Amino acid sequence: MAKQDKSIIKAEEMVLNMGPQHPSTHGVLRLKIHTDGEIVSKIEPIMGYLHRCFEKHCENLSYEQVVPFTDRCDYLASMHMNHAYSMSVEKMLDIELPERVEYIRVIVAELQRIASHLVACGVFGLDVGAITPFTWALRDRERILDLFEMLCGARLLYNYIWPGGVSHDLPPNFIQYTTEFLDYFEPMLKEFDNVLTGNMIFVERTADVGIITPEVGVNFGVSGPTLRASGISHDLRKDEPYSVYDKFDFDVPIGKGIMGSVGDCWDRYWVRMREIEQSVKILRQAIAQLPEGDVHSARPKKVRPPKGEVYSRYESARGDVGFYIMSDGKNIPYRLKMRSPAFCNLSVFSEISEGWMMSDVITILGSLDIVLGEIDR
Amino acid sequence: MNSLVDSLLSLLSFTELPYSVLVVVAILITGIHIFLLMAIFATLAVYFERKVSAFMQDRLGPMEVGLVGFKGGRKFWGGIGQTIADALKLLTKEDILPNDADKKLMILAPFIIFMGALLTFIGIPFSDGIIISDFNIGIFYVVATSSIGVIGIILAGWSSNNKWSLYGAMRSAAQIISYEIPLGLSILLPVLVVGSLEMSEIVAWQSEHRWFILHSPFTFIAFFIFFISGLAETNRTPFDIPEAESELVAGWMTEYSGFRWAIFFLSEYASMLIICILSSVLFLGGWLSPMTIFNIFPDSWLFFDGPIWGIFWLFSKALFLIFVMMWFRWTFPRLRVDQLMHLCWKVFIPFALANLFFVAILELIFL
Repeated sequence: MAKQDKSIIKAEEMVLNMGPQHPSTHGVLRLKIHTDGEIVSKIEPIMGYLHRCFEKHCENLSYEQVVPFTDRCDYLASMHMNHAYSMSVEKMLDIELPERVEYIRVIVAELQRIASHLVACGVFGLDVGAITPFTWALRDRERILDLFEMLCGARLLYNYIWPGGVSHDLPPNFIQYTTEFLDYFEPMLKEFDNVLTGNMIFVERTADVGIITPEVGVNFGVSGPTLRASGISHDLRKDEPYSVYDKFDFDVPIGKGIMGSVGDCWDRYWVRMREIEQSVKILRQAIAQLPEGDVHSARPKKVRPPKGEVYSRYESARGDVGFYIMSDGKNIPYRLKMRSPAFCNLSVFSEISEGWMMSDVITILGSLDIVLGEIDR
Repeated sequence: MNSLVDSLLSLLSFTELPYSVLVVVAILITGIHIFLLMAIFATLAVYFERKVSAFMQDRLGPMEVGLVGFKGGRKFWGGIGQTIADALKLLTKEDILPNDADKKLMILAPFIIFMGALLTFIGIPFSDGIIISDFNIGIFYVVATSSIGVIGIILAGWSSNNKWSLYGAMRSAAQIISYEIPLGLSILLPVLVVGSLEMSEIVAWQSEHRWFILHSPFTFIAFFIFFISGLAETNRTPFDIPEAESELVAGWMTEYSGFRWAIFFLSEYASMLIICILSSVLFLGGWLSPMTIFNIFPDSWLFFDGPIWGIFWLFSKALFLIFVMMWFRWTFPRLRVDQLMHLCWKVFIPFALANLFFVAILELIFL
């Protein structure tokens, strides 16, 4: 069905308050929805319910102490946040990392990407009404969390990747367990695809809904899988390879509009599913190439970057994370600013969801895969 | 005329009370039994549903609560007491009515929905002769009473004074009223062929000829139209848009809790049972044993027949259909409102009308 033309019938508008306590706003987002019957005429997202003064806190903490705070930004992809922040600090300090550290970082980051995309796809199914795929996704994510627990003792907020290294070396058997997980996971991914991806009702609900055209996507600063679904191949792992990503062979899946048009909700879901496959591919290569070495050798005794500023970008599960750090030569940052991908992705939400129906609003919001911890910081 | 009320009346005739008193007594007794059936079925069905969903989702489901005096444990009791505990919790919960709600209507709504389900059971057969009252407009009556519930839903949604409830109620009203048309058109097929609105007549026809689903390709399609429309009538997935929990929180039930909510739940499961029994009676041979499916076996083969086995067969068929409903619920996503209407008005109704037309022609040719 095409977008409703709201000029046909004009009735009184009803303002509906969705959230912050609502099952489908993915946290504490509040949406003020102006509705005309089932059709949404205007949406105002209101955020800030989870604001924890992350950036202000950072101005009073030493560089090492910021790492646990980055965990709490994107709590579904904490490793990415740790990694992104550590990379920017290392760029300031100009540290050369041991190979092993880089490989371990890639392994945990890709495991984290799988875990995060599993939640995104599962919850997207839940938003559309399919409950079983969600539980399957969480079941498989659980295995990744078990691996992380083995690695650093935490299941959600890891504080694992530190400036200059990682907190612990890989535990014995970690590589074996990871390989076992990958062997187990690939058939499960196919099963997930079978039950949800091609489902007629699912396609009806998501294809051609909430289209982000490439122009709109770029203009609003959308990034990550959400932008790639619009047909733009923009992946920092490929475009500006950081860490050791240039040593791996992987593709960047982009939306092709297989079920509808390019950039619809189904494409965003599909791109995430294909990215999981690519992450598995990277993981297998990283495990095969993993070198030996000391993971703590490059850890600086004292993190005291020279006066100056740095901005570094990182491809997290949600998109383009940027950390801008300004140093005045002390051991605490003078100013720290984070570019939140989910925030930019959410900004396009009211643009693309006006004129759709109530149910579509939920679908579109689910397909953007926002994490409120990162939006509000 | 062979029905439970009739046999009760003849059973009670020794008391030599006036007929009007006897009728009241008979109605009370049967009414209590219907209520018990609904309550027990809802309890078991909730347990069954949770176990089915757990099986499909790779989990265990309820496992801890055993029966009275027995501690649970996965070996033996398997959490069978969980729904009983849940029901007790619902009954002892605080009764909440929102301040701005229309209190009279809000109290009234669950009872209207419940009444619809309760009244429908009067015309629902459980086996040969085991029916509360087998009147000659049986199907017509069942279709009429089962749609009383929608009034209760609209009342519940409107009186709650909550925008989410209002959305749920409006969606529900549109959905239930629309889907009654393909449902009714599919019911017309057996009625047309048999020439009677009486349930027992329809099953008698099937025992003489064959199951109705195999009468012709058209009735085969009609069975699916009937069952899927039934899913929409009972607000089950993929048509659960009135209470779509990811969109409308809980739809028209948002403001209800405790006992009133339990009544909604009871009626929902009762209407599931009604739809499944109706589909078995109309299309799957009702209380006939599966040996009669083509009616080609000699009579001596039909050993598992008769009223008591009839209950077994009817409930086997109905429970299988209920399992299919649960299977759908835990597999499919949910349709959108306009897609739901599209399916009803542009797919089901034309097909149901065509079915009716072709079956009528078949009857003209072969009669």
